[in-house]
Parts: sequence; C-alpha cells; structure tokens
Amino acid sequence: MSEIVLKVENLHTSFFSRQGEVKAVDGVSFFVREAETFGIVGESACGKSVTAMSIMRLLPEPSGQIVEGKIILEGTDLVPLSKKKMRAYRGRMISMILQDPMTSLNPVYTIGDQIGESVRLHQALPDNMVEPEIISSLRLLKIPTPETMLGNYPFQLSGGMRQRVVGAVAMSCRPRLLIADEPTTALDATIQAQYIALFQDIQKKTNVAIIFITHDFGVVAKICHRVGVMYAGKIVESAPTREIFKAPRHPYTSALINSVPRLEHKDERLYSIEGQPPSLLNLPPGCRFAPRCTVATGVCREEEPPEVDLGNDHTVSCWRVK
Amino acid sequence: MVTNVAVKPKRQYRGMTRWGRIFRNLGMLLPATILALLFITAIFAEWLAPFPYDETSLPERRMPPAWMEGGSMKHFLGTDNIGRDVLSRAIYGARVSISVSLLAIAITASIGTVLGIMSGYLGGRTDAFIMRITDIAMSFPALLVAILIAVSLGPGFFTVIFALSILGWSGYARIIRGEALRIRNSDFVAQAQVIGVSPWKIMIRHIFPNILNILIIGITLSIGTMILAEAAMSYLGIGIPPPMPSWGSMVADGRNDLDRAWWISTFPGILIGLVVLSGNFLGDWIRDKTDPRLRRL
Repeated sequence: MSEIVLKVENLHTSFFSRQGEVKAVDGVSFFVREAETFGIVGESACGKSVTAMSIMRLLPEPSGQIVEGKIILEGTDLVPLSKKKMRAYRGRMISMILQDPMTSLNPVYTIGDQIGESVRLHQALPDNMVEPEIISSLRLLKIPTPETMLGNYPFQLSGGMRQRVVGAVAMSCRPRLLIADEPTTALDATIQAQYIALFQDIQKKTNVAIIFITHDFGVVAKICHRVGVMYAGKIVESAPTREIFKAPRHPYTSALINSVPRLEHKDERLYSIEGQPPSLLNLPPGCRFAPRCTVATGVCREEEPPEVDLGNDHTVSCWRVK
Repeated sequence: MVTNVAVKPKRQYRGMTRWGRIFRNLGMLLPATILALLFITAIFAEWLAPFPYDETSLPERRMPPAWMEGGSMKHFLGTDNIGRDVLSRAIYGARVSISVSLLAIAITASIGTVLGIMSGYLGGRTDAFIMRITDIAMSFPALLVAILIAVSLGPGFFTVIFALSILGWSGYARIIRGEALRIRNSDFVAQAQVIGVSPWKIMIRHIFPNILNILIIGITLSIGTMILAEAAMSYLGIGIPPPMPSWGSMVADGRNDLDRAWWISTFPGILIGLVVLSGNFLGDWIRDKTDPRLRRL
C-alpha cells in the first residue's frame, strides 16, 4: 500500500445563518493514498463541495467555518494554519479544478500568463525557466502545439481545450493532491470519456492523489479506486469501487446505483429515490436516511447508526450491518 | 480540437464604402476630433493665440466679432469690456479648463477605483465602512463644499482641483464596487484563490483589468461634469484667480454686457457646451462598443 497523502478526520463544517447553524459537513472522515482516486458521490447539497472547500480552506468566511476536525496533508494539519501559510499550500501542494471550465479562465490574460501565474507564485524560478515549465504543464494535459497555445486567449479555445488549460493551471506546480469538483458535468459524453482517460494518464505520470467529486455513479465506475457515498453531510458508506458496485451495504448506496440508467434495463422506468434529503438545519434523530429508507426499522429513527468497519477499506453506517 | 477562431472585428463594415464607414463612426470621430483639437489648443496656447490673454486695449473694448458691423479680423471673436481679445482668452481658457478637469478626474478616478475594488472584493466590514463614507460624500452638496474649501484655502489652481476631487470620487467608488462585486463571484477569481494568489494580487491582476472598460467610460463621461463644475466655480469667482482666463470666468465677465456685447459670454459658453457634449457622446460610444450586451453582431 502506498503512502497516505490526505487524511480527513471527523470534519465538521457549518454555516451560520440567521435561521441557525447549518451543519453542511457533519463528521466526515476519509483518506486518499498516493496515486489513488477517491470519489465523493452524493446528491446536490449533500456537502460534497463544502468538504472540498474545507480542505482548500476557501469557505466563505465568516459565515462558513470548520467547527471541528483535522485535515492532515502529508503530516501537517491544515485547519490551524494561518491564511498566509495556507496560500502557500494552495496551488503548490493541493490544487483544485472547478466546475465550469468556460469561466474559470480570466478573459484578459493569455493561457501562458494564467499558468505562469501559479508557476511564478510557488516556484522561485528565473524568468527564462518559467516558459518551459508552462509548456511542460500543457504537455502533461496533452494540449497540442503548446508553444503556440501560450499566446492564445481563452475565447480562442473550445470548451474542451479550456477545460484542459484549467487542468494545466491546477497541475502546474505538480501538487500532491488534486480536488476535482464535478469537472465532467459541463462536458458532453465523448469529451467526458477522453477527459477521464486524461486524468488517469496524469495520475500515472505524477502519482497525484485525486479527490473526484461527482453525482454520477457512472463516472465513479470509470475513474475512482475508492468511493465515499455522502448523504446529508455524512459519508454513509465508503469502499473500493469494485466492492461497492458488487455488494453495496447501505440502502442509500444501492438506491443510488440503481438510479444509474443502464442499457440492459431499457423497458423499465428509471429507479428514483422517494422524498427529499432532510433539511440540514434540523436533522432527524437517528439515521439521516431513515425517512426515505425502504427498510428502516424503529432503531433507525431513534439513534444514529455507528460506523462499522468491514475490513478491506470498507466502512458503512447502517443498523442493518452488524 | 484547437479552434483558433479568426475573429474579424471589422465584419459589420463589410461592403460599406469609405464614406459609409466614416458616417457610421461619426458618433466617435466628431467628439474625439473636437476633444483632440481643444487638447492641442490648450497645449500650444502661446503659439496659437493672436494676443496675450491679459493684453488690454481700452479704445478697442467691446468690439464685435469679425463678421459683424464694426468688427475686424484683428479680433476675430471680438473683445471684452476692457479690450482683451476673446479668441485669445478662450484659447488660454482651454488650458485652464482642460488641465483642471483632467487632473481632478485623474485624482477622483484613482481614489474611486482603489476604494471601489477594495469595497467590492474584500466585502464585510471594509465594504460597510467604505460605502458609508461614500454615502456621506454623495450626500454633501458638492458646490457648497467646493465654495467652503475655496474660501478657506484661498483661490488658486490646486484649490480648485482639491475642491473638485474631495467629493468627486464617490461616484466612481459606487460603480466600481458594483463591478468588483460581480467579478469577485466569477470563476476565474475562485481559480486564482485555488492556486493561492493573495487578495491584493487578485485585486490588481484579476479584478482591475476587468473593470477597466467601466472605468474608461466613467472617465470620458465625467469630462463634461468636471468642465462644468470648474466653470461653475470660476463663474462664482472662486476658481482660478484673474487675469488667468477660464471659460467659466469668461462667462461671468460678460454677464453685465449681455445686452450690448453678447459675444463675451457666448463663445466660452459654446465651448463649454461643446466639450461637455463631446465627452458625453464619446463616453456613450465607448460604452456601446465595449458592453457585449449592446454590441451589434
């Protein structure tokens, strides 16, 4: 087993609004190894992006705050770091790819400028060394003719190319951890497949650990080594991808997997989970999924299920699993 | 995959004749030419003016313009009540009016931009603080404050600039804050934060270039306002001290002679109107060209 790059322990992130404390992330723990892709899957507003923003320490302060927990990147806890020290980590050690590639590039600067910004910021390089560095980042993302690409402006590129340039910005300092927040959502299916292959290639070349945030189990199956399924601010089940597809233990996980359209079931109506996720302002007592769960019993509605370790990196929080 | 889209900016003019093109751009060419000519006039006043601005000639006082009865080519726009050449004074007046308003614009635009960007990007308490000051600055009657300053500091070139600048930045701060607020929420700012760029660098490198068009429009549009404000101060006698002419003080000089020598006030008045209009037209034109929502495809 290779080295653990990031370990998140019992992370609690809350937003303080007029209505009260919104527990967006409520006790999340997971880890990512070197050269491994960890997927975080869940519905909208389940806390996936807030988890990512907590790791980046880019929560909209002062309303959003990390209340409790540790975020350990290669032995250093990021939570108590000063803003200035955290800036030195961002881009250099951890980087992130944002959702929308169309608007992630500043329209007034060339591609070379935008990648160069990160390179200049984090690496004390003489001026003549910056350009080769930028070109190597563009090469890493398999961008054709990087030398001419340098002088182009974002509006001159197609959406797929822009997405790659955004990737090149993120990878420009060869970070140890890359967080990708729904990077494939805005792309069409063929480009999506190419992009995922590109991610795998980059990982092979750089050994970067990747946290891949998505709501699409189909994408998870293609790229992630391990998956955490998030529901209402908690990771309810975490397991290697192959295992979670073969034998999901949490009813929510199996419901999510059943919701993926498949070719062999073309006659049936697509499965969907009844009801809405609970409001994060006043969570139900007991298991968060109980109100929507088809197999919930009395204990599920009264007490929160503990996390059970099934061995082989598989953990689940459900009363039905002993 | 690489799509080097060749953008042809001049596309809308395809098939048009040269005169057609010029006519289409008259909204820019005409005001820009007028402003440029006045600018040149202001710089080269010594060479262009037929007489010094303070040379009096009592026998030739209140001479009408050249095309009127009793006028001569010597004093093309006539003379004022102590026989000074109106044309020469208007030429020198351009220097005062333009330099005062340009300096005042430079100061107000700089202050307004810095405060507006800080307010919009940093938000929170900084924003609340700056915006309250802006509210206060906006609620003062500008001319009254200008008079107070001029009276307490004594008239002079820099007093006028100071008086025009002390409140004038608030409009810029408001508009630029709004833009900064919009840009702060764009993804490329988030991207810059993600790679660890500091707040100051984000403001300078990412916010500022993206508010430039708004700033340029604001500057052009305020040429008119500033010229008018300077003229108003000079008209009230709290501007540049005589005998140095400014358009505003020339209008004031002629106000007692309006019935018998209308040209003393009228020509500088026309110049003020011309500059204000040119500035406004040019500002509108730039806005129409740079605002993608208004751009014709």
